[in-house]
Amino acid sequence: MIDEKAKKSLLSVRNVKKYFPIGGGLLTKAKSFVHAVDDVTLDVMAGETLGLVGESGCGKTTMGRLALKLLPKTSGEIYFQGEDIYAYTKEQEKKFRTRAQLIFQDSFSSFDSRDTIGKIIGEPLLVHEVAKGSELQDRVEQLLLDVGLKADLMNEYPHTLAAGQKQCIGIARSIALNPDFIVCDEPISALDVSVRAMVLNLLKDLQASKNLTYMFISHDIRVVRWLSSHIAVMYVGKLCEYAETEELFKNRLHPYTEALLSAVPIEDPNKRDIKREILLGEVPSPVDPPPGCRFAARCKLATERCFKEDPILEERRPGHWVACWENFHGESEIS
Amino acid sequence: METTKKPKKTSLLRRFRHNKPALIAGIVLLIIFTMVILAPIFTQYGPAKSDLANRLTAPTMAPGRAVGVTQPHILGTDQLGRDIYTRLLYGGRVSLNVGFTVATIGGIIGVILGMLAGYFGGWTDMIIMRMVDVWASSPTLLIALTFVMILGPGQKNLILALLINSWTLFCRMARSQVLVIRSSAMVESGHAIGASTNRILYKHIMPNIISPMVTTYILELAHFINAEANLSFLGFGVQPPDTSWGLMIGEGRKYLTQAPWIVIFPGLLIATTVLCLNLMGNWIRDEFDPLAVKL
Repeated sequence: MIDEKAKKSLLSVRNVKKYFPIGGGLLTKAKSFVHAVDDVTLDVMAGETLGLVGESGCGKTTMGRLALKLLPKTSGEIYFQGEDIYAYTKEQEKKFRTRAQLIFQDSFSSFDSRDTIGKIIGEPLLVHEVAKGSELQDRVEQLLLDVGLKADLMNEYPHTLAAGQKQCIGIARSIALNPDFIVCDEPISALDVSVRAMVLNLLKDLQASKNLTYMFISHDIRVVRWLSSHIAVMYVGKLCEYAETEELFKNRLHPYTEALLSAVPIEDPNKRDIKREILLGEVPSPVDPPPGCRFAARCKLATERCFKEDPILEERRPGHWVACWENFHGESEIS
Repeated sequence: METTKKPKKTSLLRRFRHNKPALIAGIVLLIIFTMVILAPIFTQYGPAKSDLANRLTAPTMAPGRAVGVTQPHILGTDQLGRDIYTRLLYGGRVSLNVGFTVATIGGIIGVILGMLAGYFGGWTDMIIMRMVDVWASSPTLLIALTFVMILGPGQKNLILALLINSWTLFCRMARSQVLVIRSSAMVESGHAIGASTNRILYKHIMPNIISPMVTTYILELAHFINAEANLSFLGFGVQPPDTSWGLMIGEGRKYLTQAPWIVIFPGLLIATTVLCLNLMGNWIRDEFDPLAVKL
C-alpha cells in the first residue's frame, strides 16, 4: 500500500528488488541471481537532486533504470507522483515517458548514428506528437540554444562534435518534452575534466530554469556534494545511508559512508594528516550474497550479528536514514 | 571546442557521381537492365527463331542473311542458328526475374522474421530459429529440385521452389545484427523517450542493419541467378525454346570446343552483372553508414 510520504514525493521507491538471473533459458531455471538492487527504499521530492553514490557495480545504474521503468522489477513498488509506475496502463506509461527522462553516461552511444542532430533532439517531440514541421524546427533550435549550442548544428551529425557537445545534445534530447524528473546516469564521468564543469553548470542551470528534479548517479562524491540536496549511498545492491547532503557530510552514521567520503583526495596539503579510513578487502560478489550486512566482511565494527542478520534501514536522526546494526557516528571534519 | 568541418551535405546523386566504380557499375547495370527489359527494341531477331543455314556462326559484323533482317550476328549464333545476342537479352529476363524475385521476397520475409526473433527473444526466437535450422540444414538446390519435380518445371514453380529457403540466410543475418543492437544504449534511449516498439524496430534498428543486409542481398542475388542456371541446366527451370543465361550455358556446353561464344557471352554477362551489383552494394553500404571513412 502507498504510504503518506510516497504520496507527497515526486518519486518514491519502496523495497525495490532487482535480481538478474545467471544462466538458465527457456526450458531451464536460472541457478543463481545477481542481486543488483536489493530492498531499496528512498524518496525524491520535487525540485530536489538525489545523489546516488557507490562503487561501480553497486546497483546504482540499475536503480536509475528501475526508476524509469526501463527494466522489469523483481519486487517492490516505485511511485511517481503517487502512482505505481509498474501498474501503469499504456496511456499512463506514454504520459510518464514525457515526464521522466534519462541522460546517458555516453550520450553519443545512445544516438542513432544515421540521424542528424536535429532529428535526434526532435524525436521525442515527434513521438509524442508535440510538434512537427516548422514548429518542430523552432523547438529544436530553441533546445540547442538552451543547452548552449548553436542552432545551425541541426543538420550536422553528432560524430562531428566534441564529447562535451555530444553530451549537451543528449541533455537537449532529454529536456525536449519538458520533463519533471531526469535520471542522470554518470553524465560527466566519460568527459574530459575540462568540460565537466560546463556540463554540470548546464545541468544546474536547467534545473533552476525548468524546475527539474534529478536523480544524479555518480561515483564522484565531490560532484554529488556540489549538485545534490540529498545523498543516498549504495553498497552491493543495498542502501546504506540516506540523508541531506550537508547532514551526511557532517554526521556519517554508516562505516561505509565514512570510508567512501574519506577516500576523496584532499586538496589542501596542510590537511593531509587527517586520519583516513582505508578499506581493506574486496567488494563481495552480488551473486546470491549470504545473509547479513553486505559490508560486514570489510567493516571494522562488524559483530556476529552483522554476519547473520540484514540491517534494517532506520531513521536515526531527523531525515537521516541508515542501515547498520552498530552505533557508528563519524563527526570529524573531512575534506 | 572545435567542430570538425564537414562538407555541406550533398545530394545522393551528386555523391554517387563522384564514386567512379559505383558510377560505372551503375551505368553498366542500367544498360543491361534496359536492354533486357526492352529486348524487342534492341534486336530484330526473335529469341527462338532458328536459322539452320547459319548454325554456329562465329561473331561477325557481316549483315545477317535471313530474309528481311540486316542485323549482323554480332555475338554469333548457336547450334540452331539462333542469334546469341538476342537470346542473351530475352534470357536475361528470366535470369534476372528469378534472381530478383527470389532474393527480394526471401529478403523481406527473412529480415522481418530475423528482426522479430532477435528483438523479442524467448519463444519467438526459439520457434523462428528452429524453423531456420530445419530449412537451412537441407541444401537449397536439392530442396528446389524436389519441389520442382513435384510442382513441375517452369519459371513460376522455379521461383516458388527457390523461395522455400531463400529467407533463412537473411533471417540469421538480421537476427545476429539485431541481437547486438537490441542491448545498445540507442534502443534504451528509444524506450526512454517513449518510442513504440515498431518505431524502434523500423526507424532505428532496421536502418542500422541495412548495410549487412544489402551485402547479403547481393550475394544471395548472385546465388539465385546461379541456382536458376543450375536448375535450368538440369531441365527443371524454363523450358526450351524459352531460355535463360544459365540454360544457354547448359545448352552450349556441348559445343564448347567448336563454338565457345555460345557459352562465353552468357558467362560474361552473369559475371558482369554480379560484379556490378557488388560494386553498387559496396557503395550503398558506405553511403548508409556515416561513420565509414569516405575516400
